[in-house]
Amino acid sequence: MRVIINQVVHEIPSSSKLADALAAIDAKPPYAVAINLQFIPKAQYAARELQENDQIEVIAPVTGG
Amino acid sequence: MTAPIPTTLPRADDLILYGERFASRLLLGTSRYPSPQILENAVAASNPGMITVSLRRQGSSTTEAHSGFWELLKRMAVPVLPNTAGCHSPQEVITTAQMAREVFETDWIKLELIGDDYTLQPDTLRLVQTAEALIQDGFKVLPYCTEDLIVCQRLVDVGCQAVMPWAAPIGTGQGALNPYALKLLRERLSVPLLVDAGLGLPSHACAVMEWGFDGALLNTAVALAEDPVAMANAFALAVNAGRTAFLSGAMPAQTSAQASTPLVGTPFWHQT
Repeated sequence: MRVIINQVVHEIPSSSKLADALAAIDAKPPYAVAINLQFIPKAQYAARELQENDQIEVIAPVTGG
Repeated sequence: MTAPIPTTLPRADDLILYGERFASRLLLGTSRYPSPQILENAVAASNPGMITVSLRRQGSSTTEAHSGFWELLKRMAVPVLPNTAGCHSPQEVITTAQMAREVFETDWIKLELIGDDYTLQPDTLRLVQTAEALIQDGFKVLPYCTEDLIVCQRLVDVGCQAVMPWAAPIGTGQGALNPYALKLLRERLSVPLLVDAGLGLPSHACAVMEWGFDGALLNTAVALAEDPVAMANAFALAVNAGRTAFLSGAMPAQTSAQASTPLVGTPFWHQT
């Protein structure tokens, strides 16, 4: 299954959950996640199923003005 | 149900936003500093009421460069105000705000909805609907907006308990480009007003506080100063000075001179 994580294409098993995708990129907390512009609470990472071409954003704290 | 909007300017010096008190009326951004240590020192030198932060893609060069920022935030222990910088649509704002709420564990959000990448001007046509959606989702929204009276009034109408009009485009350091409009906002709106963006000098911040604004948010003016730590302190002093001046009731400006020294008894004076 093809998914896009932070604008980078990844091939992951078709039955993958969001937690699997996060493990694939070695995501390290703190971070938050959105799929197709929808926020996904962390309590749902393990159960959330992924679809072909899902656009996943994994974002972390940085400085800001 | 939204909390009641303050109808009078508080005489006490604490800044009150959404029912919470802040000892400082200076809000400070955390970007563009020469180093994390200088940022930390600037925050210590100015004691801001809040510091602004943001979120970017993990694994990007930005987050790689900010790898120690999370620990620095915890060490500084200043309330954080996440922003939605870089968002160009209401949905981007809402999703970013929800992600920020989870990461930073706060309901505060500085709403930025950008309409133009050159001026970073807010998208005023969609700002109000976006603010309303965030308010309904339980956020304490501080909207970055223009000095447009109608937009600011509509933000208040949908539940914003403060608004943050720009002085000038972000990062330009020009100071207030439209004092008339900012003063009009102060005259017409009773909610807390904080100038956000475009300040360059402590005198700029002092001026808006003298007009009756409740606070100032700035970043570049401190971060790009030759001595950011000293400049941060100067801005803190300027915000306090302006606030004190406002509360002190300044004399009205006059067009004709009035001597300060008594005229009676002037030596060498004679009737002509």
